[in-house]
Amino acid sequence: MKVLMFGWEFPPHISGGLGTASYGLTKALLKCGVDLIFVVPKAFGDEEPGAIRLVNASEISIDVQDEVFGEYVKKMPYIEIDSKLVPYSTDDEYYRILESTEKGITREPGEIYSRKFAFAGGYGKNLMEEVQRYAMIAVEVARMYDFDLIHAHDWLTYMAGKEAKRISGKPLVVHMHATEFDRSGENVNPQVYNLEQKGMEAADKVIAVSHLTRNIVISRYGIHPDKVVTVHNGVEPSQVEMDQNTPRHLQEKIVTFLGRITYQKGPEYFIEAAHKVLQRNDNVRFVMAGSGDMLPKMIRRVAKLGIANKFHFTGFLKGNDVDKMFAMSDVYVMPSVSEPFGISPLEAMRSNVPVIISKQSGVAEVLKYAIKVDFWDIDAMADAIHALIHYEALPATFKKYGKEEVDSIKWDQAGVKVKEVYEQFMP
Amino acid sequence: MKSICFYFQVHQPLQLKTYRFFDIGHQHEYFDEYANRFIMQQLAEKSYLPTNELLLKLMGEHGKKFRVSFSISGIAIDQMEKYAPEVLDSFKKLAQTGQVEFLAETYSHSLASLKSKEEFARQVKKHEKKIKELFGQKPKAFRNTELIYNDEIGNYIFELGYSTIITEGPKHILGWKSPNLLYCSAANPKVKLLMKNFQLSDDIAFRFSVKEWSEWPLTTEKFVGWLNALGSKVEVINLFMNYHTFGETQKADTGIFEFLRTLPKMVFGKSSFGFGTPSEISSVLQPASPLHVPFPISWADEERDITAWLGNEMQNEAVNKLYDLEKYVATCKDESILSDWQNLQVSDHFYYMSTKWFSDGQVKRNMNPYSSPYDAFINYMNVLSDFEIRVKKYCAEAAAVSSPARKKATKKPVEAKLAGKGTAAKAKTKRTASSKTRK
Repeated sequence: MKVLMFGWEFPPHISGGLGTASYGLTKALLKCGVDLIFVVPKAFGDEEPGAIRLVNASEISIDVQDEVFGEYVKKMPYIEIDSKLVPYSTDDEYYRILESTEKGITREPGEIYSRKFAFAGGYGKNLMEEVQRYAMIAVEVARMYDFDLIHAHDWLTYMAGKEAKRISGKPLVVHMHATEFDRSGENVNPQVYNLEQKGMEAADKVIAVSHLTRNIVISRYGIHPDKVVTVHNGVEPSQVEMDQNTPRHLQEKIVTFLGRITYQKGPEYFIEAAHKVLQRNDNVRFVMAGSGDMLPKMIRRVAKLGIANKFHFTGFLKGNDVDKMFAMSDVYVMPSVSEPFGISPLEAMRSNVPVIISKQSGVAEVLKYAIKVDFWDIDAMADAIHALIHYEALPATFKKYGKEEVDSIKWDQAGVKVKEVYEQFMP
Repeated sequence: MKSICFYFQVHQPLQLKTYRFFDIGHQHEYFDEYANRFIMQQLAEKSYLPTNELLLKLMGEHGKKFRVSFSISGIAIDQMEKYAPEVLDSFKKLAQTGQVEFLAETYSHSLASLKSKEEFARQVKKHEKKIKELFGQKPKAFRNTELIYNDEIGNYIFELGYSTIITEGPKHILGWKSPNLLYCSAANPKVKLLMKNFQLSDDIAFRFSVKEWSEWPLTTEKFVGWLNALGSKVEVINLFMNYHTFGETQKADTGIFEFLRTLPKMVFGKSSFGFGTPSEISSVLQPASPLHVPFPISWADEERDITAWLGNEMQNEAVNKLYDLEKYVATCKDESILSDWQNLQVSDHFYYMSTKWFSDGQVKRNMNPYSSPYDAFINYMNVLSDFEIRVKKYCAEAAAVSSPARKKATKKPVEAKLAGKGTAAKAKTKRTASSKTRK
């Protein structure tokens, strides 16, 4: 069985959970004997090597004269034959083109119609146009390779999946890691919503990362329930066992929030709960690790509450520092307003840190050894934090069974379930 | 005779190093030794040394007629001692001419006058002692950090033995009055005030090299012409500016040194002005009128108020949390704690947290090492959190060592109090829990 998979990011170049999830899932699928062609825009060259064929979308040339591109070419008037600049090309590509022109290398008449499209990679300003170009390239990829099924991750790649299906006639599975409602609350971007909806409508099956997400897909996008299945995410086993060795220099208990500081993650509820705990308790510190558009507002709020000597900000944490942060923490809080799944509490539990998670998260569906509160219920959240730092029996229980629990939530299971979905379409 | 009061502020803040959350509790080096050394040596080379040399030469040429005044923050003195002792030597040479008055200020270039009368007094005394030691003169006039002043601060300063204060001459205080006269405090008429003529001061300090300025280039002839045009109702022109105006803010190639070199000659030759220092001027002139200053003023920005340091919630939080520690530090005898306490009070730390610059494209003064006020706040609070741990640990240990008997006696009520707190919290928890189950 061979699957053409469209992603947007892949380790190490990730800006969030999508890249981590794609990686975990692809590995599990390979283990189940599924062959994969993974397409990402702009492979940097330092991705983890392995059995996955990483097709760099930037390396595929397409022929803009081709009829199938007709409808895209109309939307993209900037594809001009004699322009030296490929839209959104990187600096080095621009100089390469410039150089070849200076050396007097003339292109064959047919060659100038064929262009390599460079993707900026990551989430940039020109995302929408990149999404479209990605779809154009998908067509080329669909022609070059042999496969049985198409699997597209998140709205960014849905158009690509749709186009690949149109060209190849192979079945399409789309994977919902996060909906526009999760990211933006009720202020959805209609363009994104539209892409999501069209993608799911065109798909033969929709995989949601939780029941929470499945419900949104059904109720807010009008997708037929029979077409939507839930496959919960897994967690990668810990690579470094540094928990015991990391020295702790602070006597106080440490309560941590780690994630993007955006509306979706509910950082302000964490601050209000921290304030409540600090009013009664001096022997605790709070840490907000990460960055995001709400960071300045959060800093001001902490200053305003007068708790800045007990509430710390670290900025964006990378690699080792994330593990270090977990190793220093006594409680991990994920107060997400809307979290399709939420891998971070699993990572915390893996490091023996008891977690408090919002009921509005997919991960709440699979975890038993976690305190679950409504994201808006700052009293309950403060209460839970207080309990975890005071009543020793509670964190002890959570540590003992939590690690076991999290070790049982494996990508392998997710891989098996996804493969089952694939098999429905195999002859 | 009409006087020009030429006053220079010498101060260079200490920069913190990037201090991360992970460092709290075990890493107690807060300052960027390398950057601080580099900046001080650069300033010495470009500004302090050449300007001192020039002033010394001018004093030789013009004799007692040419006099200037300085205030050097303790923070700057400390750094000179460490990184550029030759600068201090050249200041000593200037002091020996007898033509230089050194003013008192807070040792830390701090905002203590706004936060703690006791800390303010302590720092002024320390600075006073240092100046006496270095330059052989006890300061007679006072200059508060950033020229911050109001009636209340005027009284504090008077209590410390100073009756001459230099400050800013903002429009909202002076109104129709001229900055070119001596004033006294409405709250205490014995306190004499010299008000900065910000127009003429800033012509030199900020506009000197601005080519878009209609008066560019500024020559001494033109400048003295302006002084003469002020008429006969003028008694003193207060030209107050940062010393690094010469050679740093205004680089050598702008002609700033040439301006300074020719100014005294032009003043003596083409005007009826002479030069004087704050304490001389206040002893000679009669105050023209009392001035009422209810809210603090300073020499910063268009507003001339204190919002550059205490204008947003981050700045207030940082400053409040810092001075909350004063009562603990007061009992500390540990050298490194006392020195950090002093260095964490430098006003510039809070200046970097200002969000005022977001809207107006104003030139930021000083070298700001942070890319945003939020970074400045986070870094400072991380450092302060570690400092708080150290101070409180020191106090706890000192209390345990010095009087174990007394500790026993005092421990009980504290314990009882803590226990009380704990039970209250537990009770609350139970209540919440039970109310939930009831639901």
